[in-house]
Amino acid sequence: MSELRADLAIISEWIEPGSRVLDLGCGDGALLKYLQEERGVSGYGLEIDPANVVACIRNGVDVIQTDLDAGLNDFDPDSFDYVVMTHTLQAVSYPHRLISEMLRIGRQGIVTFPNFGYWRVRLQLALKGRMPMSGALPHKWYDTPNIRLCTLRDFEALCRQQGIRILERRVLDHAHHEQAFSRLLPNLLGEIAMYRFERAA
Amino acid sequence: MSNTFPADSVGLVVPKTHHFHEPLPLDSGRELPEYQLVYETYGELNQDRSNAILVCHALSGDHHAAGYHSPTDRKPGWWESCIGPGKPIDTNRFFVVSLNNIGGCSGSTGPASINPRTGERYGPDFPIVTVADWVRSQARLADVLGIDCWAAVVGGSLGAMQCLQWAIDYPDRVRHALLIATAPKLSAQNIAFNEVARQAILSDPDFHDGRYLEHGTVPRRGLALARMLGHITYLSDDAMRAKFGREPRGTAGKLSFSFDIDFEVESYLRYQGQSFVERFDANTYLLMTKALDYFDPAAKHNHDLSAALAHVQASFLVVSFTSDWRFAPSRSREIVRALLDGDKDVTYAEIDAPHGHDAFLLPIPAYLDVLQAYLEQVAEEVGA
Repeated sequence: MSELRADLAIISEWIEPGSRVLDLGCGDGALLKYLQEERGVSGYGLEIDPANVVACIRNGVDVIQTDLDAGLNDFDPDSFDYVVMTHTLQAVSYPHRLISEMLRIGRQGIVTFPNFGYWRVRLQLALKGRMPMSGALPHKWYDTPNIRLCTLRDFEALCRQQGIRILERRVLDHAHHEQAFSRLLPNLLGEIAMYRFERAA
Repeated sequence: MSNTFPADSVGLVVPKTHHFHEPLPLDSGRELPEYQLVYETYGELNQDRSNAILVCHALSGDHHAAGYHSPTDRKPGWWESCIGPGKPIDTNRFFVVSLNNIGGCSGSTGPASINPRTGERYGPDFPIVTVADWVRSQARLADVLGIDCWAAVVGGSLGAMQCLQWAIDYPDRVRHALLIATAPKLSAQNIAFNEVARQAILSDPDFHDGRYLEHGTVPRRGLALARMLGHITYLSDDAMRAKFGREPRGTAGKLSFSFDIDFEVESYLRYQGQSFVERFDANTYLLMTKALDYFDPAAKHNHDLSAALAHVQASFLVVSFTSDWRFAPSRSREIVRALLDGDKDVTYAEIDAPHGHDAFLLPIPAYLDVLQAYLEQVAEEVGA
């Protein structure tokens, strides 16, 4: 199979073989397909876009066509080991509710999102006075699906507020590569944030 | 001769009939002493007998799902959009079986058949049959055809209920169940519509307690009314508006100030009702609506659908249509939810379509794409 995008490769390392995974906004199902084939993982993808639903079917991934904004009531508490959401958190109406839903359904949550605290983003707003655009945020302000942008510090504050323990954090550039120096000042140098978290006991 | 048909059609088909001499036990406690099933097949059964697909028909359907019975046929089978070479149910890869259910009026044993125990037509004495009874009879047809396990069972509406019943009753004989535009049981509103349809037939003076054939007549008005009512539930409000609006019918747009037809939609419904009478039997219509009303596989499991589906082994594709109000997407989601509860393999697609319940019969690209993608996976899995 083709090489897995770097952020998905990191997620797949975080996920224990043989576990059950729910992927929110699973796109064409690439992550689940990889996890199924390489890690013996089972689970479902949720996706709203019809073309992506067809792509999931072709990838042999069980996909449920769903609007994440309508909630996850069809899923029982603790029915998954991991609930994953890549590059979707910033596009839903109520991220805080969805995060708490993730930990209702799953033992652990994994999210990735574009970091609005990235230095180039800050500079564009500070110096040009324009809404930032970047590799990770390629849309104009008026047609962006990204309606709930946040920084690493924002996300971590929300986790503290919701009683969520962060287990792991990584930052990547927009090509999803890890740069060693980014770790020094992740909220400034990281373009994409990745978190693994659970309910604090 | 076959070159008179479209290249993506199965072309000329000849229905087959199998007579079963062993009695069929029924959920009602009665039995059919003997019966026949009429069916069609398209494509070739492969050496492993692993590429067979069963197509189950809905309320007014029959065995003629694809192709033509004669070169002069005006219309092909009812699911021509989906079955044929290169189509989602690809007859180059699959062996497709489509039958007329018991109680039907297209050649399988039904109310118009002769009861071997009396030598007269069954008429109103034909036993009430259930979805599970149909599935039992279909399993016997599978035995006759040498099909131990279906690659897939496929149906829409009442047809999908048979597919769900298959997965429950014969878990090791179904690899995939494709449930389209359906519900795990009827709502009170669904049953209410069926009851009005039945009352239309039962109260027609020509019904003669179901012995109308002996009286040399048929309850035309009642059956036509039942069909007209049904048609309203098959279309969405938007679809009706788009198709007919308030278009006046005839005389230069002037209202007739009588109870004649004023609007196109009235003309359409009358036509649908009247043409239905020519091809369908009133006793069969009564039976089909009862089978719908009685369908409720969760009932035996304390009304817990997850429990009813606990032992299914099939993988499921569940498809609904946004504008279907007869069996709305939320009804399909009930099935999906029960399957998720049991960690079953399930994929769900909600097709954005304005056509209402009828959408499952229409060549809607997004819908056919989903079926095609899914059935290509099935074909690869079974080596078709």
